[in-house]
Amino acid sequence: MNQPVLALSGISKRFGAVQALSDVALDVYRGEVVALVGDNGAGKSTLIKVIAGVGPADTGEIRWEGKPVNIAKPADATHLGIATVYQDLALADNLDVVGNLYLGQERTQAGLLDEIRMEKQATELLTSLSVRIPSVRIPVAGLSGGQRQSVAIARSLLGDPKVVLLDEPTAALGVAQTAEVLDLIDTLKKRGLAVILISHNLADVKAVADRVEVLRLGKNAGSFRAGEASQEEIVQAITGALDNAVSRRKARHTEADGGDASEPA
Amino acid sequence: MNPLKNLRSGELGAWPVIIGLFVIWAVFQLLNDRFLTAQNLSNLALQVAALGTISIGIVLVLLLGEIDLSVGSVAGLGAATLAVLTIRHGWGDIAAIIAVLVLGALIGVLQGTIFAKLGVPAFVVTLAGSIGWLGLQLFLLRPEGTINLPYDGTIAKITHTNLSPAAGWIIAILAIVIYAAAVFFNRSRRLAAGLPAISLTQALIRVVGLAILIGAAVAVLNSWQGVPLALIILVGITALVDFVLKRTRYGRSIFAVGGNAEAARRAGINITAIRISVFALASLLAAFGGIMLASRGYSAGQSTGANDTTLIAIAAAVIGGVSLFGGRGSTYGALLGTVVLGSITSGMFLLQLDSSIRLMITAAVLLAAVILDALSRRGRKAHGRA
Ligand SMILES: Nc1ncnc2c1ncn2[C@@H]1O[C@H](COP(=O)(O)OP(=O)(O)OP(=O)(O)O)[C@@H](O)[C@H]1O
Ligand SMILES: [Mg+2]
Repeated sequence: MNQPVLALSGISKRFGAVQALSDVALDVYRGEVVALVGDNGAGKSTLIKVIAGVGPADTGEIRWEGKPVNIAKPADATHLGIATVYQDLALADNLDVVGNLYLGQERTQAGLLDEIRMEKQATELLTSLSVRIPSVRIPVAGLSGGQRQSVAIARSLLGDPKVVLLDEPTAALGVAQTAEVLDLIDTLKKRGLAVILISHNLADVKAVADRVEVLRLGKNAGSFRAGEASQEEIVQAITGALDNAVSRRKARHTEADGGDASEPA
Repeated sequence: MNPLKNLRSGELGAWPVIIGLFVIWAVFQLLNDRFLTAQNLSNLALQVAALGTISIGIVLVLLLGEIDLSVGSVAGLGAATLAVLTIRHGWGDIAAIIAVLVLGALIGVLQGTIFAKLGVPAFVVTLAGSIGWLGLQLFLLRPEGTINLPYDGTIAKITHTNLSPAAGWIIAILAIVIYAAAVFFNRSRRLAAGLPAISLTQALIRVVGLAILIGAAVAVLNSWQGVPLALIILVGITALVDFVLKRTRYGRSIFAVGGNAEAARRAGINITAIRISVFALASLLAAFGGIMLASRGYSAGQSTGANDTTLIAIAAAVIGGVSLFGGRGSTYGALLGTVVLGSITSGMFLLQLDSSIRLMITAAVLLAAVILDALSRRGRKAHGRA
């Protein structure tokens, strides 16, 4: 882990009166999962959009494998090897899994769709990611939320990226499906990919991330080794106060458990 | 494979239309034993040619999740333009046909651009088109109102030519051989790639099934005057458009835009170009339908393409299982739907019932088709395939 594959520094971005990002830095290494956490409006999505080329920064520097690069449009990011999976997965429900995986980059032979090659490669890809799907020939509308998320992530891997950005991949999922997606993130990491993961769920974050980067009000507000930091410490960095709603709630509950703190009405 | 199970799980395919068609044919045959004669079926084949062609264009637009209300008027305008160019201006038939097809495509580009670039709903753009092109059609046909076409010209021949029995059989055999080759080639490639493939028996059943269907049709048509050229054209267009939809990137893009335009856009598909081109194709096919209408009636008149042409073409596609919400359906479905509606028209004619009854029965069939579709969509939802 000598040199970060992607390194951002001094990133600032303003929307009218709102300073969405100010002087933000972020490094990502190969084979590492970095969780980007922060309260609503902290600037996480804005930072992802800067990296993905959807909404370039006003100022700041982006280095790719050590060299300064300019990411002005989505194609620039794709070209470097940055793949993004947005929260609204952008799958076409009426197309089957193969159709969605290859949408916009279909393999052809003599000008015609090479369904057999695509189906074979799709099956191999999903198997290598340990994604379990009943058939790659059913419309994705028939898949569970976790399977759809997996298809969307697998789709992002077709271009052989080095960095994958995941915006809240487990937000709408149940327990089992969340586990499926977290497993998939582990697989990506084992393949040597760098993963940037946005999540509000600190349990998920601790389960899968190596490092947690906290944003608060558009600024870096803490960096933790996921294995070492406690959930309380991270919450504290997110809210910016020792005395925050989460710790107060927790304290109330411990007191209530103690049995002698109930207030008279 | 089991239709009942498919009904519950929401994968009906073409079964309802096929069963519906058999029921309709059986009923009309019981009421009038001339219905299933070679002569009447030949007539039916000719009747559906124009409407079927227009309906294929509607399929493309519906796959996008849009609608084109102008196809009838574009067909009528195409017929009128054809007559004006050949009769009044002395153009050759072929040149006039090409000009009309180009006109159709340009109309589609215009309507498609207003929809795709300016964001005006397709419903409104093509509603305006349906009124405006009808106006232009009436304008062109002034002062006579109807222009007759010669009985022996190329235009007339399109729908008044029958293949010799031998030619009919050759085309039938060619079609079966191509289909069989495609089925077996695909099967062996899938097996070679280690992918699941249909069994040999299934492959044989498909090929033999198609062979019986085509063989029976050709035998019946040959026992009257031979296979009508117009029927070959219609089936050819149906197969060609289906091939483009299923086997090319362009076709895949149409399905993607109809399924989720935002997903298609993010995948790098130029959705504006796809939309404009689809409206152009729909109008082109409508103009060609107009040429067939003029050919069949040896004339272009004020009512060519008018009345219920547009709505019947849309109804045919919907009866054939094409979803109004985009992304689902096939050209073969629309072909079947057209045959269903053509059969109703033809049966009513034999029974000497007038078009009031025909319209009511058509409405009932259309409703039955959409109700079945709604039920099967519920089945899909229940099975998680919204
Ligand atoms: N296109 C925009 N125009 C104006 N303001 C914007 C725009 N996008 C984001 N902002 C503002 O920038 C700030 C950061 O927003 P951002 O979406 O990055 O937050 P987030 O951390 O992703 O929050 P959440 O957890 O709710 O998704 C917010 O104050 C937001 O209102
Ligand atoms: Mg966000």
